[in-house]
Amino acid sequence: MAQNRARPLSPHLTIWKWGANMAASIIHRVTGTGMATVGVLVLTWWLVAAATGQESYDYFLGWAKHPLGQLVLIGLSWAFFQHLGSGLRHFVLDVGAGYELNTNRFWARATFVFGVVMTAALWGYLLFVKG
Amino acid sequence: MGTGTGLGRVRGLGSAKHGGAHWVLHRMTAVGNLLLLPWLLISLVRLPTYDYTTVTTWLAQPMAAVPMMLLVISVFWHFRIGLQVVIEDYVHEEGTKFASLTALTFYTLGTGAFALFAIAKIALTGTPN
Repeated sequence: MAQNRARPLSPHLTIWKWGANMAASIIHRVTGTGMATVGVLVLTWWLVAAATGQESYDYFLGWAKHPLGQLVLIGLSWAFFQHLGSGLRHFVLDVGAGYELNTNRFWARATFVFGVVMTAALWGYLLFVKG
Repeated sequence: MGTGTGLGRVRGLGSAKHGGAHWVLHRMTAVGNLLLLPWLLISLVRLPTYDYTTVTTWLAQPMAAVPMMLLVISVFWHFRIGLQVVIEDYVHEEGTKFASLTALTFYTLGTGAFALFAIAKIALTGTPN
């Protein structure tokens, strides 16, 4: 039987349209997983290098200051601010507030603005003000 | 079973009597991270440079080493719970799921032990000359 493609389709596993709230939800998982893997390994490397001595710390620092390393650090800081923003949103949702459609969408969008603005502010300060 | 919230219903119920503990711990460690990660970020931004002596001198102080150890515990505990949820949501085959959760636990405890030992060593052996 031919399917009427014009009829509205209920959201299903492969049939959906991106929305700010679902994007915030999946990005919360992606940033969390990214920080738990890449972020944790960088943090542990930094601490162990500092505990090992000058030479291993300088090796870490060389990578941290390398353009690729800077890209990873900028990415991690964005992941942190994004996860922080959507995490705070989750606290509100956990107590049962903020589910009204427009409110929910507004704060989902706000987490993306927060993530980008805070990352830009941090690196703007580190690279251009502090030097 | 009452008719309250979902959390209220599982709290203290179920066969193990701690149904909601996992969920609550995820939020509790999130609050810990909310305090400790901005502390680390602000501390790092305020450091004049990031060379070996500056960083180890800073981290050797009790007021830096102890929050840093708490940060490792809170952050690592939080990501252990978070990744467990991700694994349980996406890995359905029981054997693979068990292997994934075992690997996650070893990864968390392994990196966590290295991180805590490193902080302790810096703090307890003092600044190098």
